[in-house]
Amino acid sequence: MKFAGTDNYVATEDLKVAVNAAVKLRRPLLVKGEPGTGKTVLAHEISKALGAPLIEWNIKSTTKAQQGLYEYDAVARLRDSQLGDERVHDIKNYIKRGKLWDAFTSKELPILLIDEIDKADIEFPNDLLQELDRMEFFVYETQETIKAVERPIVIITSNNEKELPDAFLRRCFFHYIKFPDRETMQDIIDVHFPDIQKILVSRAMDIFYNIREVPGLKKKPSTSELLDWLKLLLYEDMPLDVLQNADSTKAIPPLHGALLKNEQDIMLFERLAFMAKRNS
Amino acid sequence: MFFNFMDELRSAGLKVSLKEHLMLLDALNEEVIDQSPEEFYFLARTTLVKDEAKLDRFDQVFNKIFKGLFSDYAEEGAEIPLDWLKSVAEKYLSEEEMEKIKAIGDWDELMDTLKKRLEEQEKRHEGGSKWIGTGGTSPYGNDGYNPEGVRIGGKSKHGKAVKVWEKREFENLDNDREIGTRNIKVAMRRLRRFAREGNAEELDINGTIDGTAKQGWLDIQMRPERRNAIKLLLLLDVGGSMDPFIKLCEELFSAATSEFKNMEFFYFHNCPYEGLWKDNKRRFAERTNTWDILHKYPHDYKIIFVGDAAMSPYEITHPGGSVEHFNEESGHVWMQRFVNTYTSCVWLNPVPEKQWGYSQSTKVMRDIMNERMYPLTLGGLDDAMRELSRKN
Repeated sequence: MKFAGTDNYVATEDLKVAVNAAVKLRRPLLVKGEPGTGKTVLAHEISKALGAPLIEWNIKSTTKAQQGLYEYDAVARLRDSQLGDERVHDIKNYIKRGKLWDAFTSKELPILLIDEIDKADIEFPNDLLQELDRMEFFVYETQETIKAVERPIVIITSNNEKELPDAFLRRCFFHYIKFPDRETMQDIIDVHFPDIQKILVSRAMDIFYNIREVPGLKKKPSTSELLDWLKLLLYEDMPLDVLQNADSTKAIPPLHGALLKNEQDIMLFERLAFMAKRNS
Repeated sequence: MFFNFMDELRSAGLKVSLKEHLMLLDALNEEVIDQSPEEFYFLARTTLVKDEAKLDRFDQVFNKIFKGLFSDYAEEGAEIPLDWLKSVAEKYLSEEEMEKIKAIGDWDELMDTLKKRLEEQEKRHEGGSKWIGTGGTSPYGNDGYNPEGVRIGGKSKHGKAVKVWEKREFENLDNDREIGTRNIKVAMRRLRRFAREGNAEELDINGTIDGTAKQGWLDIQMRPERRNAIKLLLLLDVGGSMDPFIKLCEELFSAATSEFKNMEFFYFHNCPYEGLWKDNKRRFAERTNTWDILHKYPHDYKIIFVGDAAMSPYEITHPGGSVEHFNEESGHVWMQRFVNTYTSCVWLNPVPEKQWGYSQSTKVMRDIMNERMYPLTLGGLDDAMRELSRKN
């Protein structure tokens, strides 16, 4: 079982090594990187490439580690006991399985995606240490141990909003998706828009990288924004000369809303464009 | 295996433990990678580094440890174009040295020798760093020619000889030098003191159980939410000599606003006098009397001054010293009032600490603050927060 990228996903050499190490040793792979560089998509693509089912666990600020294991629905049981329901005698009826449980007991080898782990409480990763290390946990209500039949492949993404504890990091492989260089970016675009005009792409990429160079931008556009922008350009059937003219006047690129997501950035950019125009 | 590597990584500040070491060996044992140096580098990186800020340091250590151990058997020897050699020589040798070389012998002959030597070493690949002998065997030996600077390997046909780890692509991710919003926030977390104040909005389960047991009926108890009770007053110097630090101050400001609920801020220019303002555009129209500020905010507020304290000393010491208006009382008096009213106050100075000695006003200000002036770096911020959270 080896991951080598897919038709829709360009994986760099170092990413492949990291994924393969995680797949082979069955240890979690922690993926970090600028927003929009394809962290979450990676899990989807690994699942596609290896033909393994994907179990997604999206983390929010209110998510507790316990919810990934199981939840005991005491209220439902209380209600059933009031109504004299037969189910009430078996506590198992009120245990709701979490994503980790699903992953551990899945018939096929699954890929478990723990998405945006940094959104959760600071203690969240610590609460999952044992579970991810031994791939087993204990259910107090039924006194049984759930153990993974086969250690699932775990992909964890983080946007770096909170520091993760060392003990947690030690148990993971780590990969930082760096912003793709021009060559890789060209590959990525080829994969997504095979028939897009070469010149258009090259012009668009010039503009894109120029925008990234603008100092002081609050949010630099990333890969996903470039792809969106290209999609828009294609959809609008933007004539090539619009992009080509863009350079001579240094005006705002067409449909820039797809690239710049912050009104301060747009204002900054307009100001720069205006100054450039005045100077020329 | 790799003991040196691990030691070196640890001394470079990467927290590598036995766990990661074993993981790496395990991965090698399981043959996760093909046996190529590049893949080994990727594997080692994914196993041992857990923080993108440390990637650059890892690259450096990797380079140091494994330099020269990997050879490029698969690659053809480099072809070295003559004009390129010439340009290298020209680049690294001063005119004087060129004269000297010419004195030694014919230019072409020398180029030939250099070329031969380079080719030889390309094949032998000794230690990587020894492209051109530094020991005086080469005619180019000493005289300020930096042999490390000449990456002849980089010019091979495949363009592969510059190793991935030598590229140091992650250099600007190293966060030791930079101070960012996030780091400021982390430093500011030191200033947390949680307390329950305000409206009772949260259900107090223990209180409810106790109350219910005592009363015999359902006795719901509410309590206020736990919040950071620290109150902060931020006074920022704007304009003039502070312009180079706008970005830094912006970051500090945004970190502080998101971290503290009870935060107030005012601006001043160079030194606080009888009036401060909240909106720089209307600084002359809408001023707040400094007395009002001193009276309005209780003495348990923590005060942070942010400014470079670089001005003419008269602006602090003399009435009428201000550059913008006529101040009846000197800046010194006003600063003293702040320091006397609020026991916890610090001054953050974006100018590097080394340069403070050159400005007399900085010294005066520091005296007024009782030495509580800190540089606006992560370390300084940390010390400042510690000072502020000290119980008086």
